[in-house]
Amino acid sequence: MSAADDIRTLRETFADKVIASTEFRSEHTLTVALDALHDVLRECRDTLGYAMLLDISSVDHFGDDPRFEVVHELAAIDDSKHLRIKTAVAEDDEPPSAADLWPAADWHEREVWDMMGIRFAGHPDLRRILMWEGYPHFPLRKDFPLAGRPTEMPDVAFTGVAPLEGGPFVTSSGGEDPVRREPRARVVE
Amino acid sequence: MHTAYDSKIEGNVIVTRVDAAINWMRKNSLWPMPMGLACCAIELMATASSRFDISRFGMEVMRFSPRQSDVLIVSGTVTYKMALAVKRIWDQMPEPKWCIAMGACASSGGMYRSYAVLQGIDRLIPVDVYISGCPPRPEALIEGLMKLQRKIEGEQSTVDQKKEFFEQVS
Repeated sequence: MSAADDIRTLRETFADKVIASTEFRSEHTLTVALDALHDVLRECRDTLGYAMLLDISSVDHFGDDPRFEVVHELAAIDDSKHLRIKTAVAEDDEPPSAADLWPAADWHEREVWDMMGIRFAGHPDLRRILMWEGYPHFPLRKDFPLAGRPTEMPDVAFTGVAPLEGGPFVTSSGGEDPVRREPRARVVE
Repeated sequence: MHTAYDSKIEGNVIVTRVDAAINWMRKNSLWPMPMGLACCAIELMATASSRFDISRFGMEVMRFSPRQSDVLIVSGTVTYKMALAVKRIWDQMPEPKWCIAMGACASSGGMYRSYAVLQGIDRLIPVDVYISGCPPRPEALIEGLMKLQRKIEGEQSTVDQKKEFFEQVS
């Protein structure tokens, strides 16, 4: 069974809980409702043969509602098929932890919590993984400045604001003139 | 014939100042504390290996205990999470001690203008020599160490101690 067949099976099984499915350059993506996420993941692992969880990541669609998107990357152990499962997550939602299905989910979910501030319900040990306990921000959120914010925890760690000198410097893609494509300071209007 | 006086000794005695002698000993036995935090540490290891060979300068004794080392070589990106650990190692080193900021990251944060990286180790501990480069080649590190040797030559290693001593006596 290929990933395209699996998407068809999942669409039959979960009916209206499957919101969308796309195929782009032979990458298969399935968007599911949050309340069905754990069942879909279990079905993928137990019935469809996705024995491996490659990654859990998150996207911040700042300004949209629901704000976040959690992405699970699944793969068959023989690498014959890959499946990406996306779920929209609002700011006060707690998506279910997949740590009971794949132990690999443990640290991935801790990273998502640390960097994006999404709590996973039922996670066995949801601590920060990169920043220290007590750091008050979630650095990968869109409303967190690249330069950082000053914090102070005596005897643990501190952070400061990095000098950006007019940055962040971003390239403009698609411009015909290479001078225009060069990294420039983003103009704040 | 005076047997008590060995006339040959004249060529074997060097007269110098205590300061000069102590500085000469210090600068030729700098024991580095390798604070390898990123890719600069690879160049630091290359510097210690046989091709570049800092044992020519009496510096081959990499001490992984801060209590036995003289010069802290901060080689790599100092994240905020690591910053206080570096500071603690510096505090554990006995005087006299020196610090080298090796590479762009240790000197100024380098290309990491971000929430996670300390913008230069000199915000926490005093730095004697900065070495530019990303990462610097072993020759650059050797140049930095030789600069540090030159700096040690000019230090007043005993004068300050004597000053304190005379102040206590008087």
